[in-house]
Amino acid sequence: MRHILLMVCMAMLMTSVTTAVAAKIPTSLPELLEFYSAESNQPFDAERGKEFWLKKTPADDGKMRDCTVCHGEKLTDSGKHVKTGKVIDPMAPSVNKERYTDRKKVEKWFKRNCKWTIGRECTAQEKGDVLKYLSLH
Amino acid sequence: MKIYRLHTLVLLLLLAGTAGQAGADEGGFYSWLLSVERKGEVAPVNDEVYKEECGSCHFVYQPGLLPAASWRKLLAAKALEDHFGENAELDEDVRRPLLALLEKHAADQSYYKRSRKIMASLKGATPLRITEVPYIRRKHDEIPERLIKPNAKVKSLSYCDACHQQADKGSYDDDTVSIPGHGDWTW
Repeated sequence: MRHILLMVCMAMLMTSVTTAVAAKIPTSLPELLEFYSAESNQPFDAERGKEFWLKKTPADDGKMRDCTVCHGEKLTDSGKHVKTGKVIDPMAPSVNKERYTDRKKVEKWFKRNCKWTIGRECTAQEKGDVLKYLSLH
Repeated sequence: MKIYRLHTLVLLLLLAGTAGQAGADEGGFYSWLLSVERKGEVAPVNDEVYKEECGSCHFVYQPGLLPAASWRKLLAAKALEDHFGENAELDEDVRRPLLALLEKHAADQSYYKRSRKIMASLKGATPLRITEVPYIRRKHDEIPERLIKPNAKVKSLSYCDACHQQADKGSYDDDTVSIPGHGDWTW
């Protein structure tokens, strides 16, 4: 009898820890550059990436948008979401080891942020150039 | 007699177990009823994916602040592309479980006090903004406008945790309110 009750206890404890698991695709900066190079036609260039990072695009709200609007002026510092003020961890891999270690996350934010900032998805060339630029910090 | 006592002990442990879990998963009316913790506020969020996916950009609003029908509108794939002016697109393999989580813990599924009051005040309405819930509007009626909009550290009622110091734990009690530049809020 005691065993049955204990088993019931265990079963209840086990059912309490079922939460959704985020799918990750572990990666590294060299692997990401390799991944995007498959769809680009010229070698990635940090200078071109920097230009793209700082390029201002007019938005519907009449304001200009570029990557620094949320990520801040200095890549080794935290940024701040332009609307909600939520802190965004630094983009520089030298101070933020978490950056560029999950391809799923990188792709998600490229998709969202390219659409918000320039009104369309970025090309593999643009992504690679930007990553090359960011990787130097 | 000894066996009887052992059973009582195990049963008590079981009850304590369900009470402790209630925050993560309310588990229905009986686990709510038998719970020893105070069911005053809103069920806190414990899901790491929800915290990561929604909390990267804004305060992690508890699912119990809106009815499931509101969450369905907000989390529709098309709707996420223009999420209050931001692109918040999610891959389907993330969007679906997140919506399921929100529906499961939505205000209409919760026994927590504030969720009940939110539902009672909505009268069938399914707003997209938590700040449009009549109960929540009413609760903030007495706060002078100057403490909100012109207050750089508050700006809008959308930033729950600007003033509600325990908001991340699902607690919105008066005692835990501190308005930046004004101090504790007492009646």
